[in-house]
Amino acid sequence: MSGVDLPILLPEIILALYAMAALLIAVYGGKDKLAGVLTWTTAILFVALAGVVATRNGVGSIAYDGLFIDDAFARFAKVVILVSAAGVLIMGHDHAVRRGLGHFEYPILATLAVIGMMVMVSSGDLMTLYMGLELQSLALYVMTAIRRDNLKSTEAGLKYFVLGALSSGLLLYGASLVYGYAGTTLYSGILSTLGGEVPLGLLFGLVFVLAGMAFKVSAAPFHMWTPDVYEGAPTPVTAFLATAPKVAAMALIARVAQDAFGAIPGDWGQVLAAFAVVSMFWGAIAAIGQTDIKRLMAYSSIAHMGFALVGLASGTVGGVQAMLIYMAIYVTMNLGTFAFILSMERDGQPVTDIASLNMFSKTAPLKALALLVLLFSLAGVPPMLGFFGKYYVLKAAVDGGMVWLAIAGAVASVIGAYYYLRVVFFMYFGSQVAKLDSRMSSVQWVMLVAVAVIMLIGVVNLFGIEAPAMAAAEALLG
Amino acid sequence: MDNPLLREYLPILILLALAIGLGIVLILAAAIIAVRNPDPEKLSAYECGFNAFDDARMKFDVRFYLVSILFIIFDLEVAFLFPWAVAFGEISMMGFWSMMIFLSVLTVGFAYEWKKGALEWA
Repeated sequence: MSGVDLPILLPEIILALYAMAALLIAVYGGKDKLAGVLTWTTAILFVALAGVVATRNGVGSIAYDGLFIDDAFARFAKVVILVSAAGVLIMGHDHAVRRGLGHFEYPILATLAVIGMMVMVSSGDLMTLYMGLELQSLALYVMTAIRRDNLKSTEAGLKYFVLGALSSGLLLYGASLVYGYAGTTLYSGILSTLGGEVPLGLLFGLVFVLAGMAFKVSAAPFHMWTPDVYEGAPTPVTAFLATAPKVAAMALIARVAQDAFGAIPGDWGQVLAAFAVVSMFWGAIAAIGQTDIKRLMAYSSIAHMGFALVGLASGTVGGVQAMLIYMAIYVTMNLGTFAFILSMERDGQPVTDIASLNMFSKTAPLKALALLVLLFSLAGVPPMLGFFGKYYVLKAAVDGGMVWLAIAGAVASVIGAYYYLRVVFFMYFGSQVAKLDSRMSSVQWVMLVAVAVIMLIGVVNLFGIEAPAMAAAEALLG
Repeated sequence: MDNPLLREYLPILILLALAIGLGIVLILAAAIIAVRNPDPEKLSAYECGFNAFDDARMKFDVRFYLVSILFIIFDLEVAFLFPWAVAFGEISMMGFWSMMIFLSVLTVGFAYEWKKGALEWA
């Protein structure tokens, strides 16, 4: 069985071998001097593998008797994960080096986290799920605390670790209940036992598993770690946390809900709808009082996860498609916004204070304009791409018979628009305070401007993302 | 001693006599011929170089932690190796190579830790 299945796992195997080889070469060779080279090779490898994964075709292949699934859904998620991780790596490198964080371990840890995410989205069994989740989480804990001599970074790492361990515990408890009632940990096996009356214990297991995964996407009410970790972690790590892991965890929720519990969409649908409503409103309301832009982005991500969950909660093919499109747009917007946040500094020190953006449009009109486009897109203002993401998920909710959820989403997005527009107000109509340096590496500049342009011209046809997202959603539900 | 049932238990009886005899001899030897040099430190509990009863919130060298983590990793490795070795005749080549891959991954980590200087105690 083994030899035949290995080619299916080829991208993951290549990444794992690369991570180990890079670790040994770097530690026996130039150590931190190799950090720059490793960052770029890792990013190039990610993009190359994304190309390999994207051009794989055919229907799903199943490896190891169903433990590992490679279908169109997994491929779509993997491409988004790989490309966004590559983008975050190269745009954060300059920042990391200037803050003395140019450790060669950083790109290797990112690689290990990405392997974990790829295993997560391809999981066909609760045990594969857990293995991928832990591989991802352990690498992320270390990355969060990578600035060892900084109190906030270590505190963030510890907080993330303790709450991550708690959520893993919840997930494992749920998985054990599911195994107890279904007699198997295989998704397809669980699905085949769901007929007629669903035992209460199995429902408890389902809710615990969902709660554990909601921690990982930082959906309210399991979001409390997010603002502190985002604020405390070094900004390149914050950018990483806000992008690829969110896609992986969201795809994982879709995978478990549809593959393992697809026969009872009403049961998990109401749980996901509850997560969605609470996340959208709490993310929008709690962000209003924030003064730190990284905390603001944390609450923004909570609200965005709520919207993505709206798509999933509807339980339809259109809903999964909407979620995938939403996540792809969300990740792109965050790449651009964090490219800007990474460049925020004054007198050589990084600043994350929103007030420091006062009258930024005078200092650097083009960058201010690009950020304006991104913030409008994050808020979901119509001509930008962000609006279409929201439109798709809300439409999916209406089509799935959840009109109330769509109305709640529309209301929450109006509330949320306030705090994005507040930043824009500061940039254009604020009062002049100490000037923000607009020093920016060329990678960050390209990323910021390119994403802003994408937000505008993507309106034409969404870059043809609808068709692959549809194929992915059909692969999952079919 | 004609009873065959009792004869069967003779080795136990001999062992019992030996155990009690040796125990008494050792205790008496400690009391009679040992060098005595009493010290209160000898009676206090030993806890890896820390005071046994003290404030738990204190600084200690992070290398203690590294060594204990390293111990746990290799302890677990042995725990995996035992059932693997016992069932070696029945597992396929897949089982053999899985363990070899596991061991090499572990070795990569160990080589990294060594070169990084985590094991130097100076």
